[in-house]
Amino acid sequence: MKSMTYAEALKSAIRSEMQKDPEVFMAGEDISVMGGSFGVSAGLFAEFGPERIVNCPISETAIIGMGVGAAAAGMRPIVELMYLDFAGCAMDEIMNQAAKMRYMFGGKCRLPLVIRAAGGATVRAAAQHSQMIEGMFTHIPGLKVVCPSNPADAKGLLLQAIEDDNPVMFIEHKALYSMKGPVPEGMEKVPFGKAAVLKEGTDITLVAWSCMAGVALEAAEKLEAQGVHAEVIDPRTLVPFDRDTLFDSIRKTHRLAIVSEAVKTSGFASEIAAMVSGECLDELDENIIRITAPDCPVPYSGVLEDAYVPDSDAVMKRVMELF
Amino acid sequence: MEKSRDMILKVYRNAVAIRAFELAAHEQYANGLLAGSVHLYVGEEGIASGVCGVLKEDDYITSTHRGHGHLIAKGGDLKRMMAELAGKATGYCKGKGGSMHICDMDLGILGSNGIVGAGLPIAVGAGFACKSHGKGQVCACFFGDGASNRGTFHESLNLASVLKLPILYVLENNFYAISGGQRDLTTLTNLSERAKAYAIPGETVEGNDIMAVIDAAAEAVERARRGEGPTLLEFRTWRHFGHWEGDPDARLFTYRDPKEHEEWLKKDPIPKFRKDIVNGAYATVEELDAIDRKVDGEIEEAIAFAENSPYPDVSILTEDVYA
Repeated sequence: MKSMTYAEALKSAIRSEMQKDPEVFMAGEDISVMGGSFGVSAGLFAEFGPERIVNCPISETAIIGMGVGAAAAGMRPIVELMYLDFAGCAMDEIMNQAAKMRYMFGGKCRLPLVIRAAGGATVRAAAQHSQMIEGMFTHIPGLKVVCPSNPADAKGLLLQAIEDDNPVMFIEHKALYSMKGPVPEGMEKVPFGKAAVLKEGTDITLVAWSCMAGVALEAAEKLEAQGVHAEVIDPRTLVPFDRDTLFDSIRKTHRLAIVSEAVKTSGFASEIAAMVSGECLDELDENIIRITAPDCPVPYSGVLEDAYVPDSDAVMKRVMELF
Repeated sequence: MEKSRDMILKVYRNAVAIRAFELAAHEQYANGLLAGSVHLYVGEEGIASGVCGVLKEDDYITSTHRGHGHLIAKGGDLKRMMAELAGKATGYCKGKGGSMHICDMDLGILGSNGIVGAGLPIAVGAGFACKSHGKGQVCACFFGDGASNRGTFHESLNLASVLKLPILYVLENNFYAISGGQRDLTTLTNLSERAKAYAIPGETVEGNDIMAVIDAAAEAVERARRGEGPTLLEFRTWRHFGHWEGDPDARLFTYRDPKEHEEWLKKDPIPKFRKDIVNGAYATVEELDAIDRKVDGEIEEAIAFAENSPYPDVSILTEDVYA
């Protein structure tokens, strides 16, 4: 184990995979001398050169499309979308090309493509640079959707994503890039579809991913002080989703709160609620709680943004209404 | 360029095979064997057959919604194509793709595409893979006049030019984007002039003159294989039928001028190519007639194969979403 930041952990995964496999390359905006908008590729351009760290013009459509074509032609591209919001500029390539090619072509196509993007609020980046729209991608069969919440998972999940033969939406969180934590030095992958139980408890299950996993954990600590033992589960990947770990937890706690930074309507929190109500409703003693952002764009002003993003106090207060 | 008899006869076979396949599809659509959206390539055969005539088996192509011709010219199997059009289990995509999504990765066909202009960035990726693998492969990207107005065209040509990728951007100008006339929707006479914006060679060529198509494509392929980057080739042509099977313009001329249509029918690429072949002493009329007869037999076999093949079992519905 080595202590490093979330950004360094991501770089470590990219670097290891690029050293191992000549088919792996990176393409994106400002990823060469600048090292990426969030510093993830810092130093990689000097090490691997312009043929493998491909600095691109502001052309999200061409960048993601290039990833699709290169993957179909046998390579393993990692394309960087900078902000997750910019998926809007390349949605056809994500939704109609990458996600559907294998199925449309009758299973004849392999598309090992990683699309990395930074989502999330809290850095005063306002409406077009702050969204968590991970749920949108879970609504598109053919994509895998990954949302790491800490440095170790960032590395292990990215190693898995690069070696996966499917298109992966790898959704990072910009408030987490500077988070430090212990990270394995080797090539240990974190498997997709295996949730992490961040804290065990008996009174309520809190499900949260990406930045909200830390918020839920903090809330759980505050709940402990009030005598409520919350279990915190980080699914780590939304597609595939680890139902077993969640259902096992609910069978123990009989209560469920889902904490999500996305807006409430039609978010992945809703999907989890539907999944649970369809398959283990009789285990629940209380209605399912969704603690999410409100149904409005992400505001700029700190006062407003802080009110927009769920924090540990909000989670704690809402949960305490049950006890 | 020096043209071998073998190459010329391959191009001729492919041109007549495309014509025969499309006429059969037209008939079978009317008979009810085929359904959905079928876009016929009748009249435009010279471009696919001529361009693919100078490609090697391991070169790539990207295709369009009007893609049957590209697939046949790149070596596509007529039986499996017709079966796919009929939605049968023996089709290229097991009936999951249909006319607009046929693909054969083994032949370097990275798929036809239902989204206009979507092949352009995919070709950037295929071209990137060609350059990266260093085996002298190229990618030919087919698209139409309508696609040349999409952002994908501009982003892709710029990126392909910057990265000096071995790509032929093959613009099939049939002058109509469904009902939208090129002369009404752009201000350029020759769409190849757009190449100047990306500092790459651009040329406008009569697409119904197959010898001229071969020459232009051969030069662009050689340039690409020499590592000198992409070329934009505009081939002027005309579709003999409607945009899709069912387009009222095919009978009623709702948007095209019947006089112009008549003029273009006189410029049918296949009779002209037959004359050029015979005059150039590549083959005799009898030899060409023998090819025609052989193709007719293959088409009959393809129809019978499609008719006699089973529909897919519903159990495959959710297969092939992920690798």
